[in-house]
Amino acid sequence: MREAHVATSVSPADEIKKTTCYMCACRCGIQVHLKDGQVRYIDGNRDHPVNKGVICGKGAAGIMQHTAPSRLRAPLLRVGERGSGQFKEISWDEALKTATDWMAEVRARDPKRFALYTGRDQSQSLTGWWAMQFGTPNFAAHGGFCSVNMAAGGLYTFGGSFWEFGEPDWEHTKYFMLFGVAEDHGSNPIKIGLGKLKKRGAKVVSINPIRTGYNAIADEWIGVKPGTDGLFVGALIHELFRTEQIDLDYLVRYTNAAHLVIQDTGAKDDGLFARNAEGKILSWDRTSNALADAMRTDISPALVGEFTLHDGRKAVPAFRLMAERYLSSEYAPETVAKEVGTTAETIRRIAAEMAHVAFKETVTLDIPWTDWAGRRHEKIVGRPVAMHAMRGISAHSNGFHTCRLIHVLQILLGTIDVPGGFRYKAPFPKHAPPGNKPAGKHEQIKPNTPLPGMHLGFVHGPEDLLVDTDGRPSRLDKAYSWDAPIAAHGLMHMAITNAGLGDPYPIDVMFLYMANMAWNSSMNIAATLDYLTAKNPDGTYKIGKIIYSDAYSSEMVAYADLILPDTTYLERYDCISLLDRPISEPNGPADAIRYPVVKPDRNVRGFQDVLIDLGSRLNLPGFTNADGTARYPGGYPDYIVNHERSPGIGPLAGWRGKDGDTFGMGEVNPKQLDRYIENGAFHLHHLKPDQRYYKHANKGYLEFAKSVGFVGNTEPIIFQLYSETLQKFRLAARGHGAIQPPDSHRQRIERFFDPLPYWYAPFEGTMIDQAAFPMHAITQRPMAMYHSWGSQNAWLRQIHAANRLYMSRERGAALGIVDDDWVWITSHIGRVKCQVKLMDGVNRDTVWTWNAIGKRSGAWALDKDAPEAAQGFLLNHLIAELLPPREGGYRYSNSDPVTGQAAWYDLRVRVEKASAAEQGETSPRYEAITSPVPAPTSAVSNFGRSFNKERT
Amino acid sequence: MTALPQSTKTKLGLVIDLDTCVGCQACATSCKEWNTGGYSAPLSDMDPYGKDPHGAWLNRIHGYEVGNGETSRTVHFPRSCLHCETPACVTVCPTGASYKRAEDGIVLVNPDTCIGCKLCSWACAYGAREYDYADGVMKKCTLCVDRIYNEHLPEEDRVPACVRACPTGARHFGDLGDATSDVSKLVAERGGYDLLPEMGFKPVNKYLPPRPKRDGSTAAQPAPSQPVAIADPTSALERVFAWADRTLSR
Repeated sequence: MREAHVATSVSPADEIKKTTCYMCACRCGIQVHLKDGQVRYIDGNRDHPVNKGVICGKGAAGIMQHTAPSRLRAPLLRVGERGSGQFKEISWDEALKTATDWMAEVRARDPKRFALYTGRDQSQSLTGWWAMQFGTPNFAAHGGFCSVNMAAGGLYTFGGSFWEFGEPDWEHTKYFMLFGVAEDHGSNPIKIGLGKLKKRGAKVVSINPIRTGYNAIADEWIGVKPGTDGLFVGALIHELFRTEQIDLDYLVRYTNAAHLVIQDTGAKDDGLFARNAEGKILSWDRTSNALADAMRTDISPALVGEFTLHDGRKAVPAFRLMAERYLSSEYAPETVAKEVGTTAETIRRIAAEMAHVAFKETVTLDIPWTDWAGRRHEKIVGRPVAMHAMRGISAHSNGFHTCRLIHVLQILLGTIDVPGGFRYKAPFPKHAPPGNKPAGKHEQIKPNTPLPGMHLGFVHGPEDLLVDTDGRPSRLDKAYSWDAPIAAHGLMHMAITNAGLGDPYPIDVMFLYMANMAWNSSMNIAATLDYLTAKNPDGTYKIGKIIYSDAYSSEMVAYADLILPDTTYLERYDCISLLDRPISEPNGPADAIRYPVVKPDRNVRGFQDVLIDLGSRLNLPGFTNADGTARYPGGYPDYIVNHERSPGIGPLAGWRGKDGDTFGMGEVNPKQLDRYIENGAFHLHHLKPDQRYYKHANKGYLEFAKSVGFVGNTEPIIFQLYSETLQKFRLAARGHGAIQPPDSHRQRIERFFDPLPYWYAPFEGTMIDQAAFPMHAITQRPMAMYHSWGSQNAWLRQIHAANRLYMSRERGAALGIVDDDWVWITSHIGRVKCQVKLMDGVNRDTVWTWNAIGKRSGAWALDKDAPEAAQGFLLNHLIAELLPPREGGYRYSNSDPVTGQAAWYDLRVRVEKASAAEQGETSPRYEAITSPVPAPTSAVSNFGRSFNKERT
Repeated sequence: MTALPQSTKTKLGLVIDLDTCVGCQACATSCKEWNTGGYSAPLSDMDPYGKDPHGAWLNRIHGYEVGNGETSRTVHFPRSCLHCETPACVTVCPTGASYKRAEDGIVLVNPDTCIGCKLCSWACAYGAREYDYADGVMKKCTLCVDRIYNEHLPEEDRVPACVRACPTGARHFGDLGDATSDVSKLVAERGGYDLLPEMGFKPVNKYLPPRPKRDGSTAAQPAPSQPVAIADPTSALERVFAWADRTLSR
């Protein structure tokens, strides 16, 4: 029989445009295949440093994101009550004039009563700078409920951090430890890396309550209880000390282990480092038997012992304090195993395996390099143990210290920025902690006046806090106050609560971007909706005006007064800047752009274009020329090319200089965007081979980093095993210094600002009746929907349209619960009804579900009875935004006490079977909201038919 | 009823590594995306924004647990047409629409002659066929027949969309009829296996099994060189102090 003709060589594209994905925060390079003026196909860009050609489940569903019926179509002004979803379409002129009038009035009166919070913003170096020009202290993106524990834990310890600031050396690692939920961050890079490890046969150990995704392919799964990772790591550290398997040479060269800590109980400098008259930190030199500048290279520093300072007081090396802490029986495997949910044997074996690989299987690269002191080394030697940690560590109230414990473990093994270890990605490492301090002190906030600096910096001591003389916060979210002193990403999760309560002060105009605060991005949704709609006695809203920008009809839209509709990611300019969240790889700094590869078919504008326009309408200095004209009349692309943050440094580092031949620092190149587009929308600078490791102490790298503005000086970056910054807060709590916490906060600061990391039980479990709420409840994002706005995506919602509550078979049997049963999950603030699925691969004290699948009826242009609304559910309803009252009735936010990171993984619940009458539907189900864009009526999508000329 | 070719020149197929697949769905959506505009266009979606969204997918990923308790493990299992050497889905086809190509062994459906009777999907033991309710014809994995020979694509991209996409490198494409091909060597090295071999359809696609775990049950136990518990923390501390009390150079 003759076979049918098959057209095997049809051109898939009239044109291929290379840009950057925005289906999550990975920012992979993509090739958009355009045919007949439509997007035909999107695949990965093989040249791109992030994804090297691959694409993920979301990225390959980008067409459905770009064409989703839920896209907003025009600017909207609210006409009904807030929350009613009643809007009228208005012109951009009217929208921009309205926004300008609202904001200009506040700026002239009291700029702090304006707040800009920008959610999943990938342009924080612009949005933050805009808010700085406005003069409000109230700016942050979503890091406070995402990853600030990781960022701060890392930056205060070794000047880098997991994910965007560094990654495992996938090429050389032989032993890889993965802590906490990671599927929802570093999507393609981690998958590519795991593939490499598998190919090479490196061992992968996962420490996670849940055995799905990456954990499913681990060689060993350790199903810990949520929030106990720090205890597990503490026990590993205990074992390294006990078995004397610590890289002491690495410690004396690159860390403060040998720095002398003053031991003088009650003194104002107790616990700080001993310094000489020039202010240099001291070590004890065993060669000369004398105190010596710790940075001298000709000394043999003591790690143990007790020494007498010139003033007669005693001091000990930080290492000695560490040994005392971690060798204590508190961290013995036998002590912690039960609490962690593993065995002492397992802990000892893992410690032994790690130490074996680190010390017996070293990796040596034949590349000569020169260290910070000018000493040449013939080879680069590495200890090939690598680690990665993310959400499961981050989202607990003990996350900052737990993250620091993991870094201490890495450092004791000598694995930071060595072959096979964990490698920095530029612009990191920074000096620990980084030098930029937060702006926004009370006296810096003045009408019609910019702040003197950027908002989100790093405090070095109590003097850097943003508080008044009575300790009251200057920021709405109380970041950098005694509630959350090291809140390096702000606390976006508290912005609406605090604004609604008028604590510390009311907000007149709140401007939000791309953050679904009326639904899955807030803790305690019911309370959040109350705050969003609460009124004053005169009938005005407590949160005076709410402006919101989003591309889609999310739940938040109905709660705003003015909607500025954004474009999809294929219709916009963007700048993925080294001034912001980098996409570099360990071998070199990288940045990227997006540019419009298709034109919007709706009356929408890119948020950043709009923000720049508003900046000049408000006459903000940075956005206005001296003659009052707009500084960037060409909008965002104009800003990307022509803005200079400091002379020669702008949003993009590639192809600077008039002729486009310099990297990092150089004058404006008018053709810069063209060069990016020609190169696939990104720029990658290749570090020389001898600059690629030991960057914290590598002369060649540090000189390069200084030349392009990544670091301020070429001094080596010393790892802060012992954090003097934390001790300074502790001393303030003990009554020293000009800036001290209010009495109500002293005990809390004393306890949690321990200069050495330690484990403590997550807060919620210690404040509720554990017998009534015996289970931990956590969430993870499915890989196909991580960090994306996936519910409106016709393809992705066929994969995850409703979620179940997953529970161990053992626990299910004990509770008489079987697959598909409907249950009530109850926390100390509320309850949610959902359907159960039993499994083996989950810690028996833990239940979990996929996050952000549940949607409110009427949102996202879905059918009102879509599975997302009828069966899908959120745990957010169960998570308190405030901790129960303590210490005189004051309620702290449900956050890490050091960084303010939202502690949404601390949740404790009980699970009970629902009655026969309660089957079939989730609870709570809120009243359907009216969406400004309707659900489509078409019962079929045949997208793609037009591309097949053979059949059309 | 439709006849099969006596033999095929090559046996193109996929090798899927279950040891490496994390279940990320990249292959599923990449497949959907390519094929909804390719040879099989469209892969219709019914009720796409409604109560019961469902559509035609040529590749679906299932995640499940195997074993019980301590021996239990989570497996992600991508499922698509295996391009069998003796596929019943072809031989049951009343119109000849379903056929196996003599050139490369790819099993295809000709949409122009498919009458949507669904006999083939009943015959397929692997559930690999997908009826397109809007289009009224059967759809299935084409092994991206419109990519692998496509001269408009760079040579390195002439692989199925799922292989091109896979972030962990768990999917491999090649000629399983050639014992010297990379995919055949991989199958030999890793003990690649057929699904349901007892059914006799002789699938071309192979699966590589998950490697044995290396945890407490299998790991070589390092000899405990020191006492296991610290009976006296002070003496343990003294031991560490003595050990660390040495000349170290900066």
